[in-house]
Amino acid sequence: MADTAVGSRLERREDRRFLTGKGRYTDDINRHGQAHAYFLRSPVAHARIGALDTAEAERAPGVIAVFTGKDMEADGVGSLPCGWVVTDRHGAPHKAPPHFPLARDRVRYVGDHVAVVIAETLGQAKDAADLIRVDYEELPAVIDLLSAASGELLHEAAPGNLCYDWELGDKAATEAGFAKAAHVTKLDLVNNRLIPNAMEPRAAIGEWDSGTEEYTLYSTSQNPHLLRLILCAFVLNLPESKVRVIAPDVGGGFGSKIFAYAEETVCTWASKKIDGRPVKWTADRGEAFLSDAHGRDHVTHCELALDADGHFLGLKVDTTANMGAYLSSFSTSVPTYLYATLLAGQYQTPAIYANVKAVFTNTAPVDAYRGAGRPEATYVIERLVEIAARETGRDPAELRRLNFIRPDQFPYQTPVALQYDIGDYEPSLDKALEMIDYQGFGARKAASEAKGKLRGIGLSAYIEACGIAPSAVVGSLGAGVGLWESATVRFNATGTVSVMTGAHSHGQGHETTFAQVVAEKLGIPYDNVEIVHGDTGRISMGMGTYGSRSLAVGGSAIVKACDKIIAKGRKIAAHLMEASEGDVEFKDGKFTVAGTDKSKAMAEIAFTAYVPHNYPEGVEPGLDETAFYDPLNFTYPAGVHIAEVEIDPDTGITTIADWVAVDDFGNIINPMIVEGQVHGGIAQGVGQALLEHTVYDRESGQLLTGSYMDYAMPRADNFPAFRVETTVSACTHNPLGVKGCGEAGAIAAPAALMNAITDALGVEIDMPATPEKVWRAAQARLRVAAE
Amino acid sequence: MVTVSMTVNGKQVSKEVEGRTLLVQFLRDQLGLTGTHVGCDTSQCGACVVHIDGTSVKSCTVLAAQADGAEVMTIEGLAQTGQLHPMQEAFREHHGLQCGFCTPGMVMSAVDLLKENPDPSDREIREWLQGNICRCTGYHNIVKAIQAAAQSMRG
Repeated sequence: MADTAVGSRLERREDRRFLTGKGRYTDDINRHGQAHAYFLRSPVAHARIGALDTAEAERAPGVIAVFTGKDMEADGVGSLPCGWVVTDRHGAPHKAPPHFPLARDRVRYVGDHVAVVIAETLGQAKDAADLIRVDYEELPAVIDLLSAASGELLHEAAPGNLCYDWELGDKAATEAGFAKAAHVTKLDLVNNRLIPNAMEPRAAIGEWDSGTEEYTLYSTSQNPHLLRLILCAFVLNLPESKVRVIAPDVGGGFGSKIFAYAEETVCTWASKKIDGRPVKWTADRGEAFLSDAHGRDHVTHCELALDADGHFLGLKVDTTANMGAYLSSFSTSVPTYLYATLLAGQYQTPAIYANVKAVFTNTAPVDAYRGAGRPEATYVIERLVEIAARETGRDPAELRRLNFIRPDQFPYQTPVALQYDIGDYEPSLDKALEMIDYQGFGARKAASEAKGKLRGIGLSAYIEACGIAPSAVVGSLGAGVGLWESATVRFNATGTVSVMTGAHSHGQGHETTFAQVVAEKLGIPYDNVEIVHGDTGRISMGMGTYGSRSLAVGGSAIVKACDKIIAKGRKIAAHLMEASEGDVEFKDGKFTVAGTDKSKAMAEIAFTAYVPHNYPEGVEPGLDETAFYDPLNFTYPAGVHIAEVEIDPDTGITTIADWVAVDDFGNIINPMIVEGQVHGGIAQGVGQALLEHTVYDRESGQLLTGSYMDYAMPRADNFPAFRVETTVSACTHNPLGVKGCGEAGAIAAPAALMNAITDALGVEIDMPATPEKVWRAAQARLRVAAE
Repeated sequence: MVTVSMTVNGKQVSKEVEGRTLLVQFLRDQLGLTGTHVGCDTSQCGACVVHIDGTSVKSCTVLAAQADGAEVMTIEGLAQTGQLHPMQEAFREHHGLQCGFCTPGMVMSAVDLLKENPDPSDREIREWLQGNICRCTGYHNIVKAIQAAAQSMRG
């Protein structure tokens, strides 16, 4: 029998259905009588909508209805809200212009939603959309974020196209640090805009039941409860009790499926308008490129001050962040509370000051994408540190070691608001250096050079913050929601256990990991534990999966619910064994009267709870407990990644020769799953550094990288095998001692790879390091060498 | 409308479809075989790979009518009498999948690779998989799984 204990590499129970074609994704669902929705999208980046004539489309074959923003307005449908209000440096709230699901008088990016056609077949809906006549009175497009302030105004509510001008840290103390500096390293960088590209495109089926007046929405959501809350409370003005959101198997998300989007809103609303026929929409990949929330997109100037010994004295960061045309659900928090708060990294930098300006442009909304703010912070710090080492003639590894926060300094208060509970950074650094044979790099470089190749090595010592919390703190910073998680653990009378969790796997293997935790905690067979997620009709409350929170927050809620089960079970067991409750111990699934051989198995207690013939007085029947868990702090995974590259100066092609990662995720439930998360994160980080780049035409605002023909997705032959290890400093404030591993790779990787590439080239280049860019840099270097 | 007939996973099927119907739409919408996925619209991602007469093909690139008379196998037809194919088994054992969306195409493509090359190197596997995009795994464990399957199928 497989070892199912916490810590074992247990194969995933969800895999059988995925491997046999029996996964059930939203687009696999077809409802009786369903109609198909097709969205007419703006072909221009910025325009007033003049005449909009849908009459001919409405008469087209198979068409059931055509709706525009005016129809939704007449029905009182609201705006898609931004759930985090950032207060700017003058004390004013950010500018949050309305974001209507269907445009009302103006379109603001290519792909913006103009109208929806609902027809018997998708083909008919598409054909009819061609018959809608729209007069677009074009306006100049604002694409470049640095000149957005002087561009055409996108929203009346946001003068200068500015969403907020925000700051964090002590400016005067930072300037004082710089005044004492022996050396200042300066860097201008671009954190390139990415498109998340979960392989399953977004999809939705909205369905209204005229009998019960209830709505059901099937959606590709990472957080069905949160989606329900946003739709009900802010957009459609419906009672939550009348709306059920079901997110079945979800084919990847990486953040892009957190948000409440126009399409699912429209499908839900439109079903009632067409008398309850279900309305189905599935994005094609082109629509996904245009309208999924994008990620990153910063332009930054940053400076690091060092004393003569290499100690960091201060860090200054000036960032302009692109919000796109409208504020997506959590967009405003990404370049602020998930970015600037991480700028201390693993280091004892005494003073840090960050200024962040967020601007509107005529591009798709930008929001959280794997790492969300933390990759951008890590990129700033780790590029600066590497360049500082080069400029001052220090070993980059040793400069990091010199400035690391020491183990005896935890809990460590950073100058940018966070308090790290625990960490131990040197063991990760030492292990990574050893794994990659850092000492042997010189010989490998010489061997490459003998073949006419360039070789470089680059480190990234990242920190990140997972399980965003606690609710009271994030609330004081502007979050509109609580950030707890909830779980219900229910013993069935026959001894099996159903666990209802508000976290929602979209590839992370919760059905396996959570069952490992519960089986061990309750001392029952793993096969007896079923994990239920992704349905507001089956799980009472939840907040979903993002920010590497599922185990640290969701798992902790499960543990708390198990504790309540054990506490109640102890009362029942004490009664059955005629012992006092205080004498009853629980271990390995058995209640035992201390010092005796009298014991009762968990399954027997569960049966008794539902067949309470011989039962303690005053105790309710049933063994079914719910717990909410609100974390005391973020968790702080950290580690070191090292990339080694070889560059062919004749072709500009960068080959990743080796990659080592040593991560501290705290305690680990299933190492196989954790390693898989690290691999995937690295791949997305490598994608950002080497391949992926979102390009809008600066004049027309057309998305030039709108398909897999133009947007370079990482493929199998872009990678080496990764070598992944872990160290452990257990989180101090959650019951599992876990931290979170989903985003670490994407956070660490870009800086490691760009440090390696620029080490090889000897000049700075921005991401992505495409062959053309690398070739130009390599050729320039060879010319200089020849002169 | 045209009538198309083919063998899918060993069963003879015959349906009337619009001429523009793609094989992947035929499989998903007409036959309810939703294991074959659509991940793009430019024949790049490979989520829709099936076998036609034993060869891996992107079913979004083929009209249903072009498969008239062919033997088609989808991911649903790979496991025999409830027993996972060695490739499926290897993907499970080596954690070669996360969200599962690219997985059917990945597995069908990998099965075809081993028909052509029963002992592929790491590089050969990675080059073969150029037509299959996975966003979750970084391909590391997919490559490992295919190597393991190759070994177990060679016996």
